[in-house]
Order: sequence, then C-alpha cells, then structure tokens
Amino acid sequence: MLSYSTTTSITARLAAIGLALGMLFVQPAQAQAAGDDAVFQQMGGKPGIQKIVADFLPLLLADPRISETFKDADMERLGTLLAEQFCQLTGGPCKYSGKAMQEAHRDMQLNNAQFNALAEDLQFAMEKNGIANSAQNKLIAKLAPMQRAIVTR
Amino acid sequence: MHGFKRVAGAVSVLMAFSAAPWATAQSVSSPDMGKLLATGGVSQIEGAGGGGLTPWALISGYGTRDSYGANLHATTVTTQDYALFTYGVAVGIADRVELSLAQQQFRGTGAALDHVSIRQDILGVKVKLYGDAVYEQDSAMPQIAAGVQFKRNNGVNGLAGVTSVKQLGATDDHGVDYYVSATKILLEQSLLLNGTLRATKANQMGILGFGGDLHDRYQPMLEVSAAYLFNRQLAAGIEYRMKPRNLGLDKEKDYYDAFVAYFPTKNISVTAAYAVLGDITILNPTRQKGAYLSLQVGF
Repeated sequence: MLSYSTTTSITARLAAIGLALGMLFVQPAQAQAAGDDAVFQQMGGKPGIQKIVADFLPLLLADPRISETFKDADMERLGTLLAEQFCQLTGGPCKYSGKAMQEAHRDMQLNNAQFNALAEDLQFAMEKNGIANSAQNKLIAKLAPMQRAIVTR
Repeated sequence: MHGFKRVAGAVSVLMAFSAAPWATAQSVSSPDMGKLLATGGVSQIEGAGGGGLTPWALISGYGTRDSYGANLHATTVTTQDYALFTYGVAVGIADRVELSLAQQQFRGTGAALDHVSIRQDILGVKVKLYGDAVYEQDSAMPQIAAGVQFKRNNGVNGLAGVTSVKQLGATDDHGVDYYVSATKILLEQSLLLNGTLRATKANQMGILGFGGDLHDRYQPMLEVSAAYLFNRQLAAGIEYRMKPRNLGLDKEKDYYDAFVAYFPTKNISVTAAYAVLGDITILNPTRQKGAYLSLQVGF
C-alpha cells in the first residue's frame, strides 16, 4: 500500500499515508466495542484484583521512591479502596467508596516521578499475576489521567 | 570505526552520572529517571528522540518535568552497497526541551560509490509545546513538539575530483530542517502513533547536501510511525518517511522500515529494524535495503 512509482506526487504519497493511518485508528475503535467487563474478567474478577492489590501494596512500601508517602497510611484500608477502584475502572460490579483523587492526595505534594513509580509498581504486580499486557494497559489508561488531580508538585 | 571508541568512552562517563538515580528524595540536581520505561523513545537516525527514522514529540531521556535525562547512541544501517554509522548525544531538560548532537558517517561499500565517504554533523533542538502523550489517555489530543535540525555536510572523500556535495548538484553544503511532531500513546489499544511534518531541502537527509538542480525550496514531508506495545519492555512497528527529490543525480526515494525496540532497563535500549532506503544516486540503481541496529545508553 505504501509503494509508489517514482513519478508519484507528494500529494498522492500523503494521501496513501493518511489512509494507512486512518485504518489504524478505525480498527481499535471496533475492538473496543467488546464486552464492558472484559478487562475486569481478564484481571481475574474480584479475587484476581484482590491478589494484584495484595502484591501491589508491599511493592509500594519497598519502593524507595515512594515508600515515605505511605508511612502514616492505613494500608489495609488503602488496599480495600484500590481493589474497589480497579474493579470499577475495569468495568466490574464495584463502586469506589473513597475520597476523590484530588482530595485524597491534596497534602501529599506528589510529583510525576512518584506518580509514575506507583504506576510501575502496579505493572509489576499485574505482571506477577500473569495479566495480559493489553489488559494491563487498559487499566493504566484509566489511571493515567488522574495525574492531573494527584500530582501537585 | 573510531566513532565507537569515542562513544564507549563517553558511555562510562554517563553511567557514572546515572548511578543511584533515586537513592535520595529527588532534587533538581540529580536525575530522577522518573518517566515510564520507553516513554523517551529511542534515538532516530539524525540524533533526535523518536523512532528509528523520524523524530517524535517525546523528549529524549527519562527525566520528568522536575529533572533531566541524557543518553548516547550509536546506530548502523548496512545495505548492499552502503553503510551509515550515526552516533551522538541527547539531553532532555524538564521533559520540555531536547538538545541533540549527532554525526552521520556515510560510506560506499560496493558498486559505483565504493570507498566514497561523506560525513555530516547535526545539531538538534526540540521543544514540547502541548499535551502529554502518556497522561492524557482521556483525550484524543497528542503531545506536540516543534524541532529544528541544523545540518552541516563535511564534504566528500574518495570520489575523484569531488570534495563537496555542491559538485554533485546540491545548492548548499549546510541546511536547516524544521519539523512539528505529534505523538499519541493509546494505552487502551497498546499503540503509539506519530506523525511528523518536516520542512526540508535536504538530499538524503543532507548527506548529498541541500537543494539542487531540480528544486531549491523548502518542501513539506510527512513522516509517520506506528508501534504496538507488546509489554513494558518491547515495542514493534513500522515507519515511513517521505523525502524530497532535488537532485538530477539522485532519484531519491522515501525511506521505510519495520522495527523492534527492546528496553531491558531505563539505562539501555536496543532497536533492530529492516530498512528500505531506495536507490541512492543514478550511479547505482539498486534499491538499498538492509539491517538497522541501534544502541542507546543513558538515564
């Protein structure tokens, strides 16, 4: 599709590239229409998410980049809230019952590196539980925009 | 090959710099390596942060907006009759500004241009203007950056009676490329898409000079990349880069490639590709294609 004769004009080449890119965008849009709780199921449902969170919390506490952030935290409550949140974000039958992101992180003075460190630890926890990469990314995609509410430094 | 030694020396200096990146709470003076793996891209063929052939809107290195990052790279492209070796350094400041310096060494290894060598230096500046490719997953807006590449061709060796690309029909031996890049990471689809629009007069990126007997004006060239993110450490995709045709001596062709990039850690990445560069000069009408290999080390 990207081949062309030596006489092909710039405009024709641009059009061919545009068409190819357009097809790339169309395909994922169709794929997305599949079942609403597909990612929740890929995470192993509620038990799967609880296991991910159980692996996630020790990673946070052991991570020198962010462990300080959790020194006064009630980790059990945090675990419950994270499981609720991940369940809801992946389309599962849960409702996050904690504070809004902005309110919950207001006084923590978090920066981008810390936000990303947490995302990395979550990826490690999901990897450890054998979660498909595409499903991992779908959850990260839901969490990433929270950077605007969470990072205040 | 002396370029490799210079790179190797500088690598050890860089690695010393990046030791214990997060031993203490981040301060402005120490690199935080805080960006997510692979989100600084790799080093493109002219030294900017991007894919293999094309600059992306991502700022090279792993420094967040509170810090900085830097890296060194070495890249070889080996086709039937030519070899291109590029090495350079890039610095990313506050995930906002990227400075890069690279040298390209082009060499004929067979056919009509056997033993001909041409070197070019490229100074790049890129500024992130808008958006964030990673965080803005709830919006279609890509990260947008604008960049400039100042290029100086250092002349021709090994071709009887020819010392400058001007003797091959180029109007100039130096030139400036201007580009705007838009990069979007679609985590929902595990895709990275990039489009770059470049205004250029460069012939074969500048290796055959700037402007020529056929055209001597800036022309817009589109460059696109699409990559699938297999996991945190592995991405693979395709790239396409349009090129002008300014020289009667060279029916210049668009470049394209298929690549795999592997990021074992934030300190190192390896990119392998199969690249098609088209025929280079009418003296050798063979479509040039071959292996592209690139190593980047940094923080």
